[in-house]
Amino acid sequence: MTVLQRESWRESLRSLKVATWLGWQIESNWTDPFLFAVYSLIKPIAGAMILVVMYLVVSGGQTDNPIFPYIYLGNAFYIYVGSVLMGISYAVIEDREHYGVLKYIYVSPIQVYFYLLGRGVARTLTGTIAVIITLVFGVLVFKLPVNFLKMNHALFWPVFLIGLAGLALVGILLAGLTLITARHNYFMGEAVAGALYLLCGAVFPLDVLPKVLQYIGLGLPMTYWLEGVRRAMLGTSVSPVLAPFTHETILIILFSSTLCVGAISLGFYRWCERRAKEKGLIDMQTMY
Amino acid sequence: MSQTLAIKTEHLGRIYQIKRKRGESGPATLVALEDVNLEVRQGELFGLLGPNGAGKTTLIKILTTLLTPTSGRAFVDGIDVVENPQEVRRRINMVSGGESCGYGLLTVEENLWMFTQFYGLDFKTARERIQSMLEVVGLADRAKTKAYHLSTGMKQKMNFARGFLNDPQILFLDEPTLGLDVQTSRILRDFVKRWVRERPGKTILLTTHYMAEADELCDRVAIIDQGRILACDTPANLKRRLQGASIFKLQTTPLDTLEHFKQLPGVSQFAGHRRNGHTELNFILEDENALVKVLDAVQAKGGHLLSLEKREPTLEDVFIHLVGRGLSDEENPT
Ligand SMILES: Nc1ncnc2c1ncn2[C@@H]1O[C@H](COP(=O)(O)OP(=O)(O)OP(=O)(O)O)[C@@H](O)[C@H]1O
Ligand SMILES: [Mg+2]
Repeated sequence: MTVLQRESWRESLRSLKVATWLGWQIESNWTDPFLFAVYSLIKPIAGAMILVVMYLVVSGGQTDNPIFPYIYLGNAFYIYVGSVLMGISYAVIEDREHYGVLKYIYVSPIQVYFYLLGRGVARTLTGTIAVIITLVFGVLVFKLPVNFLKMNHALFWPVFLIGLAGLALVGILLAGLTLITARHNYFMGEAVAGALYLLCGAVFPLDVLPKVLQYIGLGLPMTYWLEGVRRAMLGTSVSPVLAPFTHETILIILFSSTLCVGAISLGFYRWCERRAKEKGLIDMQTMY
Repeated sequence: MSQTLAIKTEHLGRIYQIKRKRGESGPATLVALEDVNLEVRQGELFGLLGPNGAGKTTLIKILTTLLTPTSGRAFVDGIDVVENPQEVRRRINMVSGGESCGYGLLTVEENLWMFTQFYGLDFKTARERIQSMLEVVGLADRAKTKAYHLSTGMKQKMNFARGFLNDPQILFLDEPTLGLDVQTSRILRDFVKRWVRERPGKTILLTTHYMAEADELCDRVAIIDQGRILACDTPANLKRRLQGASIFKLQTTPLDTLEHFKQLPGVSQFAGHRRNGHTELNFILEDENALVKVLDAVQAKGGHLLSLEKREPTLEDVFIHLVGRGLSDEENPT
């Protein structure tokens, strides 16, 4: 390793560490613990529950239909999509528009990808708590057929972690988009999360989508992430489109599509950064 | 032995694209910098003096890697700011005044601490620097206050302190005292001067539109207007250009029009503006005899002379001489 590489590496670690600390300060610094609980836990859990409850109403409470655990797990893990995407892309808005420090951060020797990833860690943690609560609730109240001890851990952990990494990378892509778009981008994270919701089989199997959208869904790492998580936790799959894939194939596709998304995201962020510098957007304050 | 220049620009230019609403006319571009060639040596406290909109901030943004130039090149410590921004960032810091920034929900100390960690300072050094900078800016007793409880000026002081934390090789100060009270400005100016004197090889580029600040602090000053560098020299040399010229400041009762003073014979430069109830006229005369004509003209306009002063040239006179209008004309329209 050359001296310069070592320096970059140290900068990366520092950026990740400090950004994680900062993200946590911002996330947890609710003067009112009640508000903290509402925003970080109750809101995502409630969001995840809406479709579950709708299903129960429509189906007359059929929790033994295999579609029920499918929907339940999809919605539970989907909490991550919102929290990781928002956690990372929102950092740009906070730093630039709310606190006016983005330019000072950009003038210091940070490694921006690591900085952004660090800013997403806190939300990922609160997201994890929300997901766990949702799952436990599902098992206890709705007899969700998941046994945390006996599930397929060898499949679950690699799928789960690669999926999270993929989400973080999409978060960086969104952060780039935020960097070059002026105001009104508050809910971009949520908008993208909403679109992905339909395309990656979170609520219903891809099979119900029109062919074109199915192909898009099959190109997204999140599809394989959710499928892998379901197979690991439930042991089965209800999606005929994905059924021919073995567990290994799911894992391989997930891994390679995550690599692709990662390359696209990081490249796109660099491109946005260059645009932002050309147009003088790094220190722009659009809100106030 | 040739030393690397702290800052060097070659034909640096920056054009902004301006978004126009439909139906609006006028040019779609704005030239903020044009053919700027600067050389700042290591160890210099270099001033960039110019009125609002001259391009000072634009130049600083380019040098601190926040903005790309549209033409020309810029080097900081010999490193191209466009090609190797990360390497530049390892050596610099920047403070811009007149804005409030900082994470409101962190304390003053935490805000500063965060930045020391971006720069990789060890804990002991970080603590010491934070403490000493807080004392310099007079916020030592506010270390544990959350930033959103600070006044705008206090936030600015916190930001000023931040700029020195990494002991940068080259420091950019963009109107650091803008909006601060007189006493605080004085303290910060003294500190800036001391900081650069006590650390051989450290360089500061300071922008300002206060000529006194430039005159008092800077080893050399570049005068910039409408994106162009008009002159660059030590304050003493710049003023020496006007040696032999007769510089008069007149105060009169309010006058309606000032345009005709420019045309009087013997007047080489003129700038005037209204100030709380009187009119201030600054003349650079070819020789003192022209003063008679000036006084006649005042009388002819129905004005009365309140005071008359012959002055040593200031940087403002240099500016008037170069540009044909005063630095502060915009603030006090005639
Ligand atoms: N992002 C931008 N888009 C378009 N024009 C800009 C932008 N930023 C600056 N300008 C224009 O460029 C010119 C130079 O601006 P700049 O901020 O560099 O001036 P300045 O010397 O720092 O002025 P001041 O003393 O008011 O801070 C001005 O005419 C300004 O309107
Ligand atoms: Mg400025």
